[in-house]
Amino acid sequence: MRLLVICGLPLLVAVPVLVLPAFRGRRVPVALLAAAALAHLGLVASLWVAPPPPELGGWLAADPLGMIVLTLTSVLFVVTVTYTVGYLRHEKPRSGRVFAGCLLAFLSAASVVALAHHLALLWVGMEATTLSVAPLVFLRRDRRSLEATWKYLVISSVGIALALLGTFFLASAQEGVPGRPLVLPDLVAHARELHPAWLRAAFLFLLVGFGTKMGLAPMHTWKPDAYGEAPSLVSGLMAGALTGCAFLGVARVTEVVMAAGLGSFAQPVLVGFGLVSLAVAAVFIIGQSDVKRLLAYSSVEHMGLLVLGLGLGGVGAYGSMLHLVNNGLAKGWMFLVTGNIVLATGSSTAARARGLVRTLPASAALLVLGLFAVTGSPPFGLFMSEFTILRAAIDAGHPWVAVVMLLMLAIIFVGMAALVLGIALGEPPSASLPVRESPWLVAGPAALAATVLMLGVFIPGPLQEVLARAAVALGGSAP
Amino acid sequence: MRNAAQLVLLLVVLSDLAILGTTRLSSCIRGVAAQGLLLGLLPVLVAPQVSVHAVALGMGTVLVKAIVLPWFLARAIREAAVRREIEPMVGFIASQLLGALALALAFAIAARLPLPALQQPLLVPASLATVMIGFIVLTTRRKAITQVVGYLILENGIYLFGLTQTESVPFLMELGVLLDVFVGVFVMGIVVFHINREFDSLDSTRLRELTD
Repeated sequence: MRLLVICGLPLLVAVPVLVLPAFRGRRVPVALLAAAALAHLGLVASLWVAPPPPELGGWLAADPLGMIVLTLTSVLFVVTVTYTVGYLRHEKPRSGRVFAGCLLAFLSAASVVALAHHLALLWVGMEATTLSVAPLVFLRRDRRSLEATWKYLVISSVGIALALLGTFFLASAQEGVPGRPLVLPDLVAHARELHPAWLRAAFLFLLVGFGTKMGLAPMHTWKPDAYGEAPSLVSGLMAGALTGCAFLGVARVTEVVMAAGLGSFAQPVLVGFGLVSLAVAAVFIIGQSDVKRLLAYSSVEHMGLLVLGLGLGGVGAYGSMLHLVNNGLAKGWMFLVTGNIVLATGSSTAARARGLVRTLPASAALLVLGLFAVTGSPPFGLFMSEFTILRAAIDAGHPWVAVVMLLMLAIIFVGMAALVLGIALGEPPSASLPVRESPWLVAGPAALAATVLMLGVFIPGPLQEVLARAAVALGGSAP
Repeated sequence: MRNAAQLVLLLVVLSDLAILGTTRLSSCIRGVAAQGLLLGLLPVLVAPQVSVHAVALGMGTVLVKAIVLPWFLARAIREAAVRREIEPMVGFIASQLLGALALALAFAIAARLPLPALQQPLLVPASLATVMIGFIVLTTRRKAITQVVGYLILENGIYLFGLTQTESVPFLMELGVLLDVFVGVFVMGIVVFHINREFDSLDSTRLRELTD
C-alpha cells in the first residue's frame, strides 16, 4: 500500500486544489503543499527503515535505483516548499492553484517514475512530469516564458514519443520470451533470450527519448530557455529532480541491455553522448551572461557526466549514481540562491545583478560556495563522484576519455567562475539597497549546501549500500 | 478481417500523404480526424477474435483521436482567427516527395527487421511511414498548430506500432497512453492560443527571443 500512497497522495491533494473554486485567485495553499510534501517525505523515509514488497502485481517496487531517485525528489521537494514560504512574501504567481496543483502533480508523477517497474508505466509517469511542469514554466505568462514553454513542450513531447516507440520495440524484443511483458525484473532475468536487434533499437530510441528529457546534447536546446524563464524554484526542481527521473529511464534500459550482454554495443553510445554533452556545455558556458542559463548548461554538463559514468562501467556506474544525488542537491541549492538574486534585483543577468556581497551577503556566499561545489572542487560531494567517474575512465583503458573530461571541466570552471564571481563581487549598481534576506529564503539552500559538503567527506552507511547495489544492477561495481 | 485491415492500413498511409498535400488548415485537421477514425477500426480488425478489450480500445481511440482532438484544434483555429492557409517552409510538392521517400524507406526498414510472426505484414511499414511523415509535418510547417498536427500524426504512427503488441501490453497502459496524448495536445492547444494572443500570429518561427 505504501508505494501506491506515495504515488497517489500528492495527486489526491492536487485535484481539489486545481478544481475547487475555494482555491481561485493568487493565494497559494502553502499549508496543504507543506503537509503533502512532509507526508511524502515521511513515507519515503519509512521505505528506508522497512523495505516494502512489490505492489500492483510487480508494477510498483522500490529497488536501489528507484529509491535513490525517489528520495532525492522528495528531499528537494520539501526544501523547495520551505523556500516557497519566503518566496511568496515577495512575489505572487498569477494563479495560486496552478502553482500548487502543478507542483503536487509533478511530485506524484516523479514518484511513479521512480517506483515503476513496468516500463510502460514508467513512460506514462515521465510524460506526466513533462505536462505537469509545462504550466509552471509558463507561470509569468509573458512572451519569453511562452516561447520557452512552447519549445519545452514540443521538444520534450517528441522525445517522449520516441521513448514510447522504444518501449514498444522492447516489447517486440520480448516476444516469445517467458516473463511478464515489460516488467523490469522479468526483462532482466530473461535478458539473454531477448531478441538482440529489437533490443538494440529499443535502447537507442529510449536513450534519445529520455535523453531529450534529461537534456543531453544535442537534444538539450529547450533547456536554457525553460530553466531561464521558469521561476527559479521550478528550475531547481527541474534540474535537480526531473532530470534524475529522466536519467532513471535511461538507467532502466541500460540495466536490461547490460544483463543481455550487449554492453559492448551500448557503452560507446553512452560515452559518446556524455562527451558531446560536456563539449557543448563548455562551449556555451564561456561568455554566458545569465546565471540561470549558465546553470542550465551546467546541467547539460552534469547529465553528460551521468551517462559517461554509466557508459564507462565498473566503478563508473557507482560514480554516476553518487553524482545523481550530488548534482541534484547542488542544482537545487544553486537555483534557489539564484531565486534570491532574482527576487532582490529583478534579474539573473550580470548586467543588473552585481556586487551581491554588499546587498545580499548570505546568498552571495552561498552562490560562490556553490560555484566551487558545482564545478567539482574538493571537499564537496561532486568532487568525489566526478573523481570516481574519472577513475572509471582510466580503469576501462580509455585515458583519452579522462583527458577530454578534465579539459572540459577546466573550461567550464573558468567560464562559470567568470560570471559568478563577477556577479558576487563587482561594484553594485548605485541605486541598490541592501535587502533583508528572510531565513526562509536562505535555510533551504544552506541545508542543501551542508548535505553536499557532507557527502564529500562522509557517505552514510545505508546510502553507501544502496548506491553500491544500484551500481551492480547497472553492470558496474562499487569502489 | 485480414483484407479489411490491409485496406484500412493503406488508407492510413494515403491519409498521411493527403495531409502532406493539403493547403488548407481545416482540411489538414479533417485529415487527422479521418486518420483517427481509421485507427479506431484497427484494434478490432487486427485482433484474432473480437474482444471487449479491442472494442473498448477502438472506441476510446475514436473518441480521443477522431472526435475530441480534431474538435479542439478546429475550435482553436476558429477562436484564434488564424489565416486558413498552411504556410510550409518546404513546398507542397517537395513535402509530398519527401513523404513518398519516407514510405519507401519505411518498407525497406520493415523488410529488414526481424518481425515477430505478424498477422498483419503492413502494420509495421505503415507505422514507420506515419512516424516519419509526422516528423516531416512537425519540422517543415511554420504554424504552431500544424506542428501540433504533426505531433498527432507521429503519435498515430507509434499507436500503429503498439497494435503489434495488443496482446502483451495491458489494457490499462493503452488507456494511459491515450490519456497522455490527449492531455498533451490539450496543453499544447492552450499554449497555441496564447501564442496567437501574444504574437498576433501562430507562426512559430517568430518565437526567436531566446537565443545564446
